Amino acid sequence: MSPRRTETGGRIDRLRTIRFTFDGAPYTGHAGDTLASALLANGVTLFGRSFKYHRPRGLLAAGVEEPNALVTVLRGEVREPNIPATMVEIYDGLVAVSQNRTPSLAWDIGALNQLGGKLLSAGFYYKTFMGPVIGPLKGTRFWMFCEHFIRRAAGLGKAGVAPDTSRYERMNAFCDVLVVGSGPAGLMAAKAAADQGARVILADLEAHFGGSANWSGETIDGMLAADWAQRMVAQLGGNDNVRLLPRTTVWGYYDGNTLAALERVTDHKEVAAKGEPRQRYWAIRAGTVVLATGSFERPLVFPGNDRPGVMLAHAAQRYAVEYGVLPGQRIALFTNNDSAYRSAAALKKAGAAVVAIIDVRGDISNEMRRLASDAEAELLAGHAVIATEGGKALTGLKVQRFDAMSGALSGDERSIHADSLLMSGGWSPTIHLASQAGAKAEWDPARQAFLPPKPTQRWIGAGAFTGSFSSAEAIAEGRAAGLQAAGGAASSAPLPVVEAVPGDPDPAPVFEIKAKGKSFVDFQHDVTAEDVRLAHREGFVSVEHLKRYTTLGMATDQGKNSNVPGLAIMAEALGKPIPEVGTTRFRPPYTAVSIGSLAAERFGDLKPERLTPMHDWHIANGATMYSAGLWFRPMIYGLAGETVEQAYVREAKATRESAGIVDVSTLGKIAVQGPDAAEFLDRVYTNMFSTLAVGKARYGLMLREDGLAFDDGTTWRLGEQEFLMTTTTANAGKVMQHLEYFLDVIWPELKVTVTSVTDEWAGAAIGGPNARAILASCVTGTAVDNAALPFMGIVHGRIAGVPVMICRLSFSGEMAFEVYSGAGYGNHVWEALIEAGKPFGLVPYGLEALGTMRIEKGHVTGAEIDGRTTARDLHLDWMLSKKKPFIGSAMMDREGLIAPDRLELVGLIALDNRPLNGGGHIVEELDEANPHDSLGHITACCYSPALGKYIALALVKGGKARHGTRAFVSDPLRNRFGPVEIVSNHFYDPDGSRMHG
Amino acid sequence: MLITCPYCGPRDVIEFTYQGDGNRERPQPASQNLDAWNAYVYDRLNPAGDHNEIWQHSGGCRSHLRVVRNTVTHEILSTSFARGGHKTESRS
Repeated sequence: MSPRRTETGGRIDRLRTIRFTFDGAPYTGHAGDTLASALLANGVTLFGRSFKYHRPRGLLAAGVEEPNALVTVLRGEVREPNIPATMVEIYDGLVAVSQNRTPSLAWDIGALNQLGGKLLSAGFYYKTFMGPVIGPLKGTRFWMFCEHFIRRAAGLGKAGVAPDTSRYERMNAFCDVLVVGSGPAGLMAAKAAADQGARVILADLEAHFGGSANWSGETIDGMLAADWAQRMVAQLGGNDNVRLLPRTTVWGYYDGNTLAALERVTDHKEVAAKGEPRQRYWAIRAGTVVLATGSFERPLVFPGNDRPGVMLAHAAQRYAVEYGVLPGQRIALFTNNDSAYRSAAALKKAGAAVVAIIDVRGDISNEMRRLASDAEAELLAGHAVIATEGGKALTGLKVQRFDAMSGALSGDERSIHADSLLMSGGWSPTIHLASQAGAKAEWDPARQAFLPPKPTQRWIGAGAFTGSFSSAEAIAEGRAAGLQAAGGAASSAPLPVVEAVPGDPDPAPVFEIKAKGKSFVDFQHDVTAEDVRLAHREGFVSVEHLKRYTTLGMATDQGKNSNVPGLAIMAEALGKPIPEVGTTRFRPPYTAVSIGSLAAERFGDLKPERLTPMHDWHIANGATMYSAGLWFRPMIYGLAGETVEQAYVREAKATRESAGIVDVSTLGKIAVQGPDAAEFLDRVYTNMFSTLAVGKARYGLMLREDGLAFDDGTTWRLGEQEFLMTTTTANAGKVMQHLEYFLDVIWPELKVTVTSVTDEWAGAAIGGPNARAILASCVTGTAVDNAALPFMGIVHGRIAGVPVMICRLSFSGEMAFEVYSGAGYGNHVWEALIEAGKPFGLVPYGLEALGTMRIEKGHVTGAEIDGRTTARDLHLDWMLSKKKPFIGSAMMDREGLIAPDRLELVGLIALDNRPLNGGGHIVEELDEANPHDSLGHITACCYSPALGKYIALALVKGGKARHGTRAFVSDPLRNRFGPVEIVSNHFYDPDGSRMHG
Repeated sequence: MLITCPYCGPRDVIEFTYQGDGNRERPQPASQNLDAWNAYVYDRLNPAGDHNEIWQHSGGCRSHLRVVRNTVTHEILSTSFARGGHKTESRS
């Protein structure tokens, strides 16, 4: 048994010894210990080095607010930094290491920073490292140069670089009442709500329910408060309508009473049970939330208040009562309120010597005087601690007379020998979740604390959270809150009886003792009281600016200890009362949340893959696939040894010479049906569709409301009231949404239904001089000659026994047909077409050849319809009907959209016979060193087998007027410069004789 | 945030797509009043408080809804089909 471990008491299991290491050294503890309590029991006083000055630091707290004792837990390859040692439950084989020290915690060269302490005051980095005004390291460049070294010297734990192999889970939960916090208030609320039949979730961030009952030492209903709490938990656990979530931090309060929580499922286990995740992220939708989150004890600000051995009073009480560990043998307490007297009594009872209670107040109540004398402690009323002594552990302290009204120190200094100094600067309700939920906290001058705001969402507060610091009040408020939350009537039944020493909940308004030496406000970010005042002297008056300049409250603990003392010191410097200085709003998360838990199962490549019915055939036949949005489409069907260019040139050539076939199943397809379908299309497209005959298709163009081009495609009239619209692959979703919006919101009177049928149809486009012959050899039930199937005509027939719909239209510029069949038969029809094409040398072609042939024809795609171009820019003004209004018609003729200097679609031919690149600029004068005055840019490019040249489409100022002129491509990024000729975008077969046949 | 779709019931906001200010009035299709078109295409109300909005239940029935939402508290006051018809009130 270690010297600091008490013989009895606490909820640790003294029969179970647990072995772990800290900074490589082996230690033992007991089941039920945290890393903090186990190390404390082993006599460890030094837990970390401070952020900026590398000062030695010990434990300040016993719970989640611990700012100093941050450790990194190593588990296999995974390292998790910045966990408070107070929140790590030990298990056999636990490996934890300290942070921010080189080479070791005891011997840290960074501690030299303390010698330059004055230099490292608030804003030091900003002031020093902004760099000279001129030169290579001017301004922030100097900061960027220095930052690397500063980040090494100042900081917290290092994140791991190995992939996190842990499994995380995400859960959605619904309940009538969510109770956050399981102290007496939370337990009563959960019980009362559960007894009403409500579905209750009780969450607590600690491993054990009970909150302050676990260490208060009070008596409730004739039994030890901790035993009462366990009995309550057992009763709750027997209810089917109650879910108990220990080790679960509710860290976010969002709209609609949605709360986020993190359950640490297996972090405390040596080995996780099969199927258990490491952590579980809960999204909880609660009817009503009972906030019973308790309160935090505040440190006092005085010189040397960060020395190892200086601890919060209740934390020491907790270590003694809950874990059976004494923080010291000779204990002194320093307080501005009554609660520390109860801590003194508890520590005395646990076996420690309490040498003195130093109280800033001159007037002490008789009850507190009795507690002090029972603890055999010398009571120094009207005194304050002005210094602490010791290195890596406390050896003593100095006190002086203190006037709480003026803050003045007087009289002789007196030294007190102690190895532990416990402080209490009053209590701050843990209002974080209420603040997140959306309202400003209110300052209570009696409690000297921010109390929760009026609810803007459905929550009810209870217990210390509301500023009611006694257990009796917590029990009463908890039951009332639980009943109200569950919709029950208020109860007058007797409440559990609490036996406790009464105390005054209001502290003296003393936050700081001004004496010589560093007095810390924010322990985790090393912000001193003097830093706050310095910031004020330098002109920072807003609390938000103060926070950012000094970094007060911005560390991983988010100012849980430092918030109110920092504000109080700021208020004093400003000469304003605290409520006028204001508080900052708390934001999620309440404590650090692992990214893994937020991602849960959703990691890696989350995109669904859309495969056409012919996908497997493409793969089996040598296609190189690439992704187009979510779709996978063949790029080329390369032969052995072929380059991409060789492959697409071969495919395009074969198509123009005989026949080629391409999978067009990815085109967006929308069924537009109903009595008003034709009228609707007239409004949606720039050109007429009501005049389209049944059994014919028409190319259509859509504009956006602002008059810019939106999408194009062919629409087929299958019946008087039935159309099949096709869209570009990329815009299928957007067009669908666009149509739905107009039908729902703008023209609800139109009787039209739109249905996405993209996945219902498989499509194959077959084109080339022999395309018709191939079709004729395999299609039954219809003729496909010019009479039966003219340009833009539609016929129905069968291929290999399967019904197909064939439309004669052309993207390649050849005589071409699109063959649509039910998606389930897509591959069957495709293979039949391939088979029928064999005698004709039919080749399958990919997107590269498709693109090549469309560039040769000068057709536009998304590269040209880029959200900046108009129909006129693309020479599609022939499609703008003058007989009817359509979407975009009113806005398309605005001044800027018809200006003569707009970029227009043109063709380019590389005169140096070298490839062009998309994005390359077109210039009149070639100036490689200093490119200037772009005329426009290349949108698409290829080698044209039909022309035997490298060609491109481009958007160029002046457009048509430049046909036949010379310009240059200027592409400094890829170092491609050279002469081009500007020509019409219709490179190939401009009169369309090939496709009309 | 939960939005009560009149057809599908209360659903998480993740299923919906915001379609903007529902106060805009589209001019008559043949209108040549460019100011009115300009206001319709570009102007959006941005109140701190109750706002009429259009949302699409894109991950559900795909209906467009008129939603009255408080932009400060994110409380949904009512939802109805943009086409008209069934309406839900969620403020109790």
